[in-house]
Amino acid sequence: MTIQQLSVFVENKSGAMLNILNLLKVEGIQLLAVNIADTVEYGIFRIICSEPSKAYKLLQEAGISVTLTDVFAIELDDKVGELARVLEIFHNESISITYLYSFLLNGKGIMIFRTADSDRTREIVILNKLKFIAERDLYSLV
Amino acid sequence: MNYLLPLQAQTNTHTMIWNPSKECMSRDEMMALQSKRLRKIVNYVYHNVQFYRNKMQVMDLRPDDIHTIEDIQKLPFTTKQDLRDNYPFGLQAAPNSEIVRIHASSGTTGKPTIVGYTRKDIGVWSEVFARCLSSFGVTRDDIFSVAYGYGLFTGGLGAHYGVEQLGATVVPTSTGNTEKHIRLLQDLGITGIACTPSYALYLAETMEKLGITKDDIHLRIGAFGAEPWTDKMRAEIEERLGLKAYNIYGLSEVTGPGVSYECEVQHGSHINEDHFFPELIDSKTLQPVGDGEVGELVFTTLSKEGMPLLRYRTKDLTTLTHGQCACGRTNVRMGRIMGRSDDMLIIRGINVFPSQIESVILSLEEFAPQYMIIVDRQGLLDTIKVQVELRPEFFVDDFPAMERKKKLLIEKLRSVLSISAQVDLLPPGSIERSQGKGNHVIDNRKLV
Repeated sequence: MTIQQLSVFVENKSGAMLNILNLLKVEGIQLLAVNIADTVEYGIFRIICSEPSKAYKLLQEAGISVTLTDVFAIELDDKVGELARVLEIFHNESISITYLYSFLLNGKGIMIFRTADSDRTREIVILNKLKFIAERDLYSLV
Repeated sequence: MNYLLPLQAQTNTHTMIWNPSKECMSRDEMMALQSKRLRKIVNYVYHNVQFYRNKMQVMDLRPDDIHTIEDIQKLPFTTKQDLRDNYPFGLQAAPNSEIVRIHASSGTTGKPTIVGYTRKDIGVWSEVFARCLSSFGVTRDDIFSVAYGYGLFTGGLGAHYGVEQLGATVVPTSTGNTEKHIRLLQDLGITGIACTPSYALYLAETMEKLGITKDDIHLRIGAFGAEPWTDKMRAEIEERLGLKAYNIYGLSEVTGPGVSYECEVQHGSHINEDHFFPELIDSKTLQPVGDGEVGELVFTTLSKEGMPLLRYRTKDLTTLTHGQCACGRTNVRMGRIMGRSDDMLIIRGINVFPSQIESVILSLEEFAPQYMIIVDRQGLLDTIKVQVELRPEFFVDDFPAMERKKKLLIEKLRSVLSISAQVDLLPPGSIERSQGKGNHVIDNRKLV
């Protein structure tokens, strides 16, 4: 239900993301999705990729501030109103979304998100028959 | 009883010399007075302050060896480090029962510098401050707002007592609450103000935002000090507040504001040298520097009882000019402060040492020892920004948690520096490593 995301602490400055991506490229790590959230002086660069553990070790050894974070991944039908429908479920259960981003993979919408309460989120996903994605399934879609 | 002043005095708009017997002395008379006071103060500290007795004994110097003011060069120097090493009361000469007030200024390692005043010291300070105000043209008819911070900082209470000594009406507005201050300026018809030059500009800015012009207020005289400022700032303050701006200088170790002051000629600031004897030295050789040359200002307090200081090195770089001024005063004038011989920064009138900031950063395990201090004047106020690197193990993918780490540092800096600094939280490696002893300060303020 959850997959591993790399979270990288970057300076809000030209070239900061490029440095990270070049390190991953050299080791043949494939990106599925990236997202950047920024403040004035720094940002958190979030990456879904193949071999997250290997990528984590690699960046850590390069002296980069990085963590592996468990995030939820849910498959959505590629149609109007689908994301709103899912978010309403969480809203009705009073679950706040901490952050969220999405991407398309083989014609399917993938929604990556985190909430303040992982256990409750898990229950809601199951009770509402939302289609979650396991890590191995995600990479097999590539 | 008749409280009315003669008509002539009421309408007098010329500046008055508060104490002509001291401010207009001949050089011979002044040197005789200084010599007499120096002999007395050396004898006093020798017998009451172990620090000075030890220093003099090591130099094989006895109070009897000091005859005239020129013998001052035989005496030992005092530094800020000496004040720190003898914290809190080691340099105090008077017994605690005689101390009526204590002020404190920021120190480099979080230890403040403590200065105790006897009743007589407060009296001298009030007297010298009254000389300054009188020189600026303030009279008993003025209503004077003191907008320096009241508290441990010497600015607020120092100016307050000076205004009362002169006999004008003091309004202790202190800093902050600028809108109320502007209201009082209008409603009370306040005619004079003492504050930092940057606060004066901030006041002007706030007035403009409120749609109040200089014609709506009645300020005519401003006494500005506690931070370096330029002629350009002076012109801007005068234009925007509709007043005449004067410089006042001082430092808490010596007494506080009131050590020197401008006259209407505004060609340097007259030093109250009957109480604070100035020398100018080369910071490296410690040898005297002549009139007109730049050197480090050194003060000996000639009349202080609480914490008298011999040859205190201010680290302020300036020039001295002897000889009579066109205003009639004969006391020596000091030029503008051209810089510091150490790394102290003056931010909004508050002394800040980079080492203070460093010790705060090092005390928190979240941060790496690399840091950069960026000082700027954005709009009208000095700003200070500290860039730090968060250690990798403390990074979390959670903005509120990251902001809490930043806030922790901001709070700690505020409690040590007494001013608020902005903090930039950065990943490791963001701050440029310098070779050897790093320069941690970028000062973007344009003061010259």
